[in-house]
Amino acid sequence: MLLAIDMALIIEKLVLIVIVVMASLVIAMYTTFAERKVAAILQDRRGPNRAGPFGLLQPLADGLKLFFKEEIIPNFSSKALFIIGPGLAMLTAIMAGAVVPWGDKVHFFDRDIALQIADVNVGILYVFAVVSMGVYGIMIGGWASNNKYSLMGALRAASQIISYELAMGISLIALLMVTGTLSLKEMVLDQQTGYWNIVYQPLGFLIFLICAFAECNRTPFDLAEAENELVGGYHVEYSSMKLGFYLFAEYINMFISSVIMATLFFGGYDIPFLNEANYDQNWMALFGVLMLMAKVVGFIFLFMWVRWTIPRFRYDQLMHLGWRVLIPLALFNMLLTGALVLLKQNGWHF
Amino acid sequence: MNALTNRAKQVDRRKMNFLERLYLVAIFKGMMITFSHIFKKKPTINYPEKTRPFSPVFRGLHILNRDEEGRENCTACGLCAVACPAEAITMEAAERQPDEENLYREEKYAAKYEINMLRCIFCGLCEEACPKDAIYLSETFAPSDYQRKQFIYKKEELLIPHPIEKPEEYKKALGNRVKRETAN
Repeated sequence: MLLAIDMALIIEKLVLIVIVVMASLVIAMYTTFAERKVAAILQDRRGPNRAGPFGLLQPLADGLKLFFKEEIIPNFSSKALFIIGPGLAMLTAIMAGAVVPWGDKVHFFDRDIALQIADVNVGILYVFAVVSMGVYGIMIGGWASNNKYSLMGALRAASQIISYELAMGISLIALLMVTGTLSLKEMVLDQQTGYWNIVYQPLGFLIFLICAFAECNRTPFDLAEAENELVGGYHVEYSSMKLGFYLFAEYINMFISSVIMATLFFGGYDIPFLNEANYDQNWMALFGVLMLMAKVVGFIFLFMWVRWTIPRFRYDQLMHLGWRVLIPLALFNMLLTGALVLLKQNGWHF
Repeated sequence: MNALTNRAKQVDRRKMNFLERLYLVAIFKGMMITFSHIFKKKPTINYPEKTRPFSPVFRGLHILNRDEEGRENCTACGLCAVACPAEAITMEAAERQPDEENLYREEKYAAKYEINMLRCIFCGLCEEACPKDAIYLSETFAPSDYQRKQFIYKKEELLIPHPIEKPEEYKKALGNRVKRETAN
């Protein structure tokens, strides 16, 4: 028996998917350019400013360079795994953007189109699950390289990611106690009417921020690809576009982490001090998207700012921080939040 | 024992207090320092739109000099070729014909004069050795090229423009040269 498929819905979702994926790729591309420019500005020099006006065509030049390089596949047993590794990293990076509410509803063609690809009610859990799968991309890449240094780099990366996922999850539980829902759309709607979640969960935000640095393999936690120590770590054997995929997946991860942090703690597409219902719906939705992008740009600048300030952690220091400092702190945060929520439900008396 | 200066600092071996162990304060201070670098002046020069200033005694490309009437100074004596530590200069002499008196200053002149820029080390010994003030090193760089052959500069490329026929180019080529005190 055929389901009555709503063609308009399918087209709407397809268009949204294409836009979100293209936007993620383009933003990640220009994040690589911004990385070089911000690094230069923080180091008293100018960044690339020769390719195109103000160097804006530089990511195009980088992408083309990677395409023109020679594809080297080392001589060993598992060619399939070698090719799957970067593909998996890229897949999980892009997939995580599917549940993020990019803006409010827009009204076109007599339909209210929500600017979100999938409003599942387990939103943040889906993101978490997809990010955990990203570990596989690194592990497979390190193993399939048939190189003991890549393997060590991949092992360090994998252990780093799973250690910091725990602290991230626990700080998330504290946040969920406050918001009462896993769906990202509901969280943003709550933040539009109440205060932003950063006010309720400052310590939780700090822990989440540190864990986000570790998840994206960014300095100070970047010893998986420590350019000076492991000579590239798990992607030392890769060349051409496969290497491009690994590097790109890291920037897309950074972009998605910024979006998630902005949505969870800073109100998502909410414009502060403005009551959106007073104005035209479509324009407000557009401003909401731009506001979200502004918050994301702020977070990405924070990522880069920290990268070029702090030296790298040693592996044992990193594990110590993840297990013996952040997890107790996150647990403490969770207990405190739980106590305060119960107090509030009880009317602020025991 | 008395210390020589008072700059020696006592090593601080106390254990870190709680705020220091948090690292957050130190990280924040570091981030403020890097942030302040955004607003500092960058020492980068936008080459090739701007070039950095050179001193007048900078040793750049060679120039074969002429006197005020436009006659070539070089007499192909070979002192510069002998002085060159890299053996970059070669020349062939020729005798001045009676109708060429306005072209060359003395009876002997250089018919062929070649400098191999790839060998030259821009030391300036040829300029010091020349008795006629015929060769000196100017302020420009040697430009880049795709073939080695193009780097053997002939006499025509090295000669300064004629001061009477092309005065502006002559003036531009003269630059800010500081003339060395020689016997002549």
